[in-house]
Amino acid sequence: MNDIPLTHILFVSTALFFIGMYGLFTRRNMITMLMSVELILNSVNINFVAFNKYLFPEKLDGVFFSIFIVTIAAAEAAVAIAIIINLYRSHNSIDVEDAGEMKY
Amino acid sequence: MTASQIIFYLLSAFILGSGMLAVTSRKIFRSAIWLLFSLIGIAGLYFWLQVEFIAAIQIVVYVGGIVVLIIFSIFLTQKSGSEMPKPPKWRREFAILAVIFGFGFVWQLISHHEFKETSTTALDVNMANIGTQLLSTTEHGYILPFEVVSILLLAAMIGCIVIAMKKTEAV
Repeated sequence: MNDIPLTHILFVSTALFFIGMYGLFTRRNMITMLMSVELILNSVNINFVAFNKYLFPEKLDGVFFSIFIVTIAAAEAAVAIAIIINLYRSHNSIDVEDAGEMKY
Repeated sequence: MTASQIIFYLLSAFILGSGMLAVTSRKIFRSAIWLLFSLIGIAGLYFWLQVEFIAAIQIVVYVGGIVVLIIFSIFLTQKSGSEMPKPPKWRREFAILAVIFGFGFVWQLISHHEFKETSTTALDVNMANIGTQLLSTTEHGYILPFEVVSILLLAAMIGCIVIAMKKTEAV
């Protein structure tokens, strides 16, 4: 593990974050946007664990933060999918452009 | 190059490649499967970092839970065989530009920052240590966030049921 510098792991997580960002910008389907959000949360998790292992190996705080992030991501995905299914029932579509009246 | 380095670069290429396909694939079901592969790759990265507990959580919660939930909702709401409409050209170009500039900026910051590694004794990240410290009530314990998260999960569960429940006819 120690023959890879920390910056290479940070490169991977930054690239993954911006891949998720690209998905969030271009997609207009709610489920695919949710998938992009999951990618972003995962990149943050990689960061927490990598910093914990490389810079503060005597502590466990990064591990705890990633456990909490995974828990909250699970709750968020469940609520988001409940909202998506409800929206599909009332609008027959889960495209964000079709739910424009929620803006006002 | 040692075996460990080769494994790391292969895992990263796998994660980034399948992540890229997950956000660009036009068929929604394929995109969900690519997301699944990307998450499995991230679990492999955790195994490589020797945090087996997080890797197990990643597989159980993400791969076994969230992706299955996403696939269910795709089946409930979409015609999964049909292609999604292409994003308009201006939006794609704007997104690529924004992402490249953002990545360049962050990478600039990371590559010029010197990370000081503290060379104290490494703590073994095993189940016993995680459990003891997560549930301890002393200064560095995480019992309060643990309880708050459990309340949050309960609230999310009830919220999901209430939101997705079919409205009954006038009571």
